[in-house]
Amino acid sequence: MAVTEEQLKALKEKARRIRIDILKMLTECGSGHTGGSLSAADIATALYFYKMKYDPKRPDWKERDNFILSKGHAAPLLYTVLAHAGFIEQAELCTLRKLGSRLQGHPDSKYLPGVEISTGSLGQGLSVANGIALAHKLDKAPNRVYALLGDGELQEGQVWEAAMTAAHYKLDNLCAFVDNNGLQIDGPVAKVMGVEPITDKWRAFGWEVLDIDGHDLAMITAALDKAETVKGKPTMIVCRTVKGKGSKVFEGKVEFHGATPSKEELAIAMKELSEETVCK
Amino acid sequence: MYLGFGTWDFGFLRGIFVTKIATRDAYGDALVSLGKKRNDVVVLDADLSGSTKTGKFAKAFPERFFNIGIVEQDMIGTAAGLAVGGKLPFASTFAVFATGRAWEQVRQSVCYPNLNVKIVASHAGITVGEDGGSHQSVEDIAVMRVLPHMTVIVPADGPETLQAIEAVAEHKGPCYVRVGRNKVPTLFGEEYTFKIGKAHVFHEGKDAVIIAAGIMVAEALKARDLLKAEGVDAGVINMSTIKPLDTVAVVAAAKRCGAIVTAEEHSIIGGLGGAVAETLAESAPVPMVRIGVKDTFGTSGDQDGLLKHYGLSAQDIAAAVKEVIKKKKF
Repeated sequence: MAVTEEQLKALKEKARRIRIDILKMLTECGSGHTGGSLSAADIATALYFYKMKYDPKRPDWKERDNFILSKGHAAPLLYTVLAHAGFIEQAELCTLRKLGSRLQGHPDSKYLPGVEISTGSLGQGLSVANGIALAHKLDKAPNRVYALLGDGELQEGQVWEAAMTAAHYKLDNLCAFVDNNGLQIDGPVAKVMGVEPITDKWRAFGWEVLDIDGHDLAMITAALDKAETVKGKPTMIVCRTVKGKGSKVFEGKVEFHGATPSKEELAIAMKELSEETVCK
Repeated sequence: MYLGFGTWDFGFLRGIFVTKIATRDAYGDALVSLGKKRNDVVVLDADLSGSTKTGKFAKAFPERFFNIGIVEQDMIGTAAGLAVGGKLPFASTFAVFATGRAWEQVRQSVCYPNLNVKIVASHAGITVGEDGGSHQSVEDIAVMRVLPHMTVIVPADGPETLQAIEAVAEHKGPCYVRVGRNKVPTLFGEEYTFKIGKAHVFHEGKDAVIIAAGIMVAEALKARDLLKAEGVDAGVINMSTIKPLDTVAVVAAAKRCGAIVTAEEHSIIGGLGGAVAETLAESAPVPMVRIGVKDTFGTSGDQDGLLKHYGLSAQDIAAAVKEVIKKKKF
């Protein structure tokens, strides 16, 4: 069941709105991760508004699909998506990182319904996704599990431990993404500690691997459909992305990994985001 | 309060008609019985299922057992995911790996989100023996105790381990249970009821109280017998829950006898001795001596040789009791 033109149009508009809200939230808060939130915005949009089963009124609904944001620093993306999906009020977004807020600097499942598990320390989310996928297998339940990793995150050894586990247990109910934006805090991933060839690595670990443009919603939705048909192994969708995608102010700029826009930068970005859609 | 001649007799008889079981064996049995009662129980191991005795569960319930391989960090994360998925996971390997290699996973993926994961680690302490210091965990209690939400239990014998495993299964939240490799004397009968956070007072004592955990409880009881022969009445408390500590029992012992000795098969830093010292310093300052591994790593050897080498034998505990009594101001 392929995505329709109408759905694609709606998804593109959703991704645009999500980027706008992320930037407003980050500017208001003055603290948080801009680049990696924007680079993964299309992936998260496709997951929450095309593929995943969930009920915002019942975050612990048994039949829900599970999403693990392993690159937890993209919390502003997750919170914005959860607001658009109806888990939280839009107004709560402006409490990001403030004392007493449920919107912690990195996602905290103790406070925020819709967050499956706290993340933030890189490299741990895929193991958790494996565990949830195993639980669904034990229950013979059709639920699917999704995880989103960063490319820099692949430097963590635990990721490759989890890669082995997922293949060993034939977790075909698991589909993970690498947000391959090429940048980490200290600079280009290739320069800090190279992780390529990413696709060959996952293939060698026994995964079904798809390599797509992570800003092309037609490709992302098609990859998600394809992943559901894979039997006997997990799927990794490696997404070529641009860090800070959505505005020239942030695109490809490593300094916006953990920095937020000024009011002036926000104004420029808002103009760009309103004038054209950010996705192809 | 001195309980009289009968208690001493009982201790004496215990020395002769003693049954012995390793707490890891009791753990394996407890898992099987738990697995029969509860479908949601799942068990993970990191290639040590023969040693940790999770192999017993694996044999009984192969579909609910996951051998993750020599992969401790991923094992803890997978356990966390199974908990998110509604299961009751028990994850096991040697204590040094479960709490050292995977500490940050225990912190971030288990304790921080407050998930219902049970970590039961075996081969704790120096009595792993011949494998040597690389495998002798003398820091695990300290590094687990410091984690918010974590419950830390060190059972003294087989029957207490059985009950502790049942108790942590009922308790909602992260738990660390420390079990050992070697057979230890059975101290508890069927009448005993283990409760998380509740100390068991074997003997109240008059002159000083030994607060012990794990295999050191049996040593403490032996020390009491040794001291009795010299006219010293030392109380013995089994402090199997290190966190939350039974502070009421600690303070009562301090007020009753005015001197405390702690005994643990662990570093004197941060474990039972540390926990008791914190309570005493704040609530009932009295002289105290800590028996344990004195800020050093382990070494290869046999159990009895190592206990003597590191000053953890009954004789060492008895000497510490006499030392602490001398420090008393009244």
